[in-house]
Amino acid sequence: MLTRLLDQDRVAIVLQVDGVGIEAKQGDTLLTAMLAAGLGYVRTSEFGDGGRAGFCWMGACQECWVVVTEQGLRRACSTLAEAGMEVVRR
Amino acid sequence: MSASVVVVGGGPSGIRAVEQLVSAGLRPVWIEESADGGGRITQRPPAGFKRDARALYGADAGRARRLHGTLDALKSRCDWRPDTLVWNIRPRERVLHLLQGGGQQSELRYDALILCTGAMDRVVPMPGWTLPGVTTLGGAQVALKSQGVAIGAKPVLMGTGPLLWLTALQYAKAGAMPALVLDTTDTLTKLRHLGGLLGNLPTMLRGIGLNLGLRLRGVPMVEDATPIAIEGDGAVRSLRWRDGAWREHVTPCDAVAMGWGLKPEAQLADLAGVPFDFDATQHNWIVRRDAAGRAPVAGVYLAGDGAGIGGVEVAELSGTRAALALLADHALPVDAVMVRALDMKLAAEAQFRQALEQSFPYPAKLARRMPDATLLCRCEAITAGELRAAAAAEAPEINRAKAFSRVGMGRCQGRVCGPPAAEVLAAALGVEVQAVGRLRGQPPVKPIPVQQVPA
Repeated sequence: MLTRLLDQDRVAIVLQVDGVGIEAKQGDTLLTAMLAAGLGYVRTSEFGDGGRAGFCWMGACQECWVVVTEQGLRRACSTLAEAGMEVVRR
Repeated sequence: MSASVVVVGGGPSGIRAVEQLVSAGLRPVWIEESADGGGRITQRPPAGFKRDARALYGADAGRARRLHGTLDALKSRCDWRPDTLVWNIRPRERVLHLLQGGGQQSELRYDALILCTGAMDRVVPMPGWTLPGVTTLGGAQVALKSQGVAIGAKPVLMGTGPLLWLTALQYAKAGAMPALVLDTTDTLTKLRHLGGLLGNLPTMLRGIGLNLGLRLRGVPMVEDATPIAIEGDGAVRSLRWRDGAWREHVTPCDAVAMGWGLKPEAQLADLAGVPFDFDATQHNWIVRRDAAGRAPVAGVYLAGDGAGIGGVEVAELSGTRAALALLADHALPVDAVMVRALDMKLAAEAQFRQALEQSFPYPAKLARRMPDATLLCRCEAITAGELRAAAAAEAPEINRAKAFSRVGMGRCQGRVCGPPAAEVLAAALGVEVQAVGRLRGQPPVKPIPVQQVPA
């Protein structure tokens, strides 16, 4: 599981994922925030082979798309988490 | 010069290219897809992180500081456009299609274009590689560097090459002791090309230092090993692998990172009409360009890893060189001594790169004998077996096979599965990998909102 190790002395924020509040830190990407909160995956494969949790972490593999309310589809690895953000996993 | 000059990419090569253009008095448009420049190897964390350059970049700290200093100083001296994706190019009209901030569309005309689009990890799909907790080596490194997180508390890192050792040592130092560092290359292959590696002694010594560092810390390492499957149900539980004597092992772990060298992000060059040639050393298709970075398409220049993998040092040199070529082509004065020095350094680096690629080869065999049930294309969940069936249905090359099987047709456009898919197809057809060609780039190079496609 994703483990917070270094540079974690940052302001705590709360965002909503699938309607449930998770705690994250300012400067976290959505991918970091969701996985470090123990959510386990960020989207479900539309082909029935389970959850996916990103792969390349650099905006290339397109594996971590999530829906952010009022913004639409966003790559979780390249979108910073913000307090009060509403994220929906697909 | 009133020509419109555009540089795409804010990594090391883009920084050095823009630096030259600006000092020649130009004000280029500089486009970067991320919120900030700096590239991957010298990526900066978002605001609020406190580690200094030494802690973040180790031996590359000085280079990172210099690059970031230049980057920040250049932003106000050009038309700096971060958070902007170039998703298509119309080469005949010399127009770029831009998507800004994930929403706003625009078009941008260029007279000259320098593409500094970088690279990503080259991987080999295997059973279980789509499980949460599996990342690329580059991804594992970005996680630690720019987010201060490890992909797992006890990860396995696998692949071959300097990035494997570098990432493993960074993890060990950060407190995420790798359960195993699995190297697919044997010792002899590495030693055989030691002579060629002497061409860049500092880099070679750094590589040896990384390896020694891992040994001193007691990180478990195996060479000449073969991964069989990543195991787990919804999360990574273990890696099954074979040693050089073909004995099977199971290593418990909670994450896996994989990478066998890098592959250029050359989709925009493809759309710009730049031809590709198969490069036997890199075992991949590389854009055609002259030693200065000129593409055989008027007005297009290429630099950095996107123009063929060379690493950060070459990226800086080739960025500078491409900008000087552009200036010379527009009859602007360039320093001939500087050009000669750059050309000599780049030629020497090319020799070093050849030895490096031979020392840490892509395990094509591993891709070729991928089990039928393996998800080869993770976007579309297409198995290796389905691609082999397409081969049997008379797909003589990879684009036909894509049409038959949908391999490479997903969101990533074959960035991830392209090279291993070519190996699987080539093996099924009984031909060399270059005989099946390469996946052609298609716009949009990355997904864009559907309402944003102009009618």
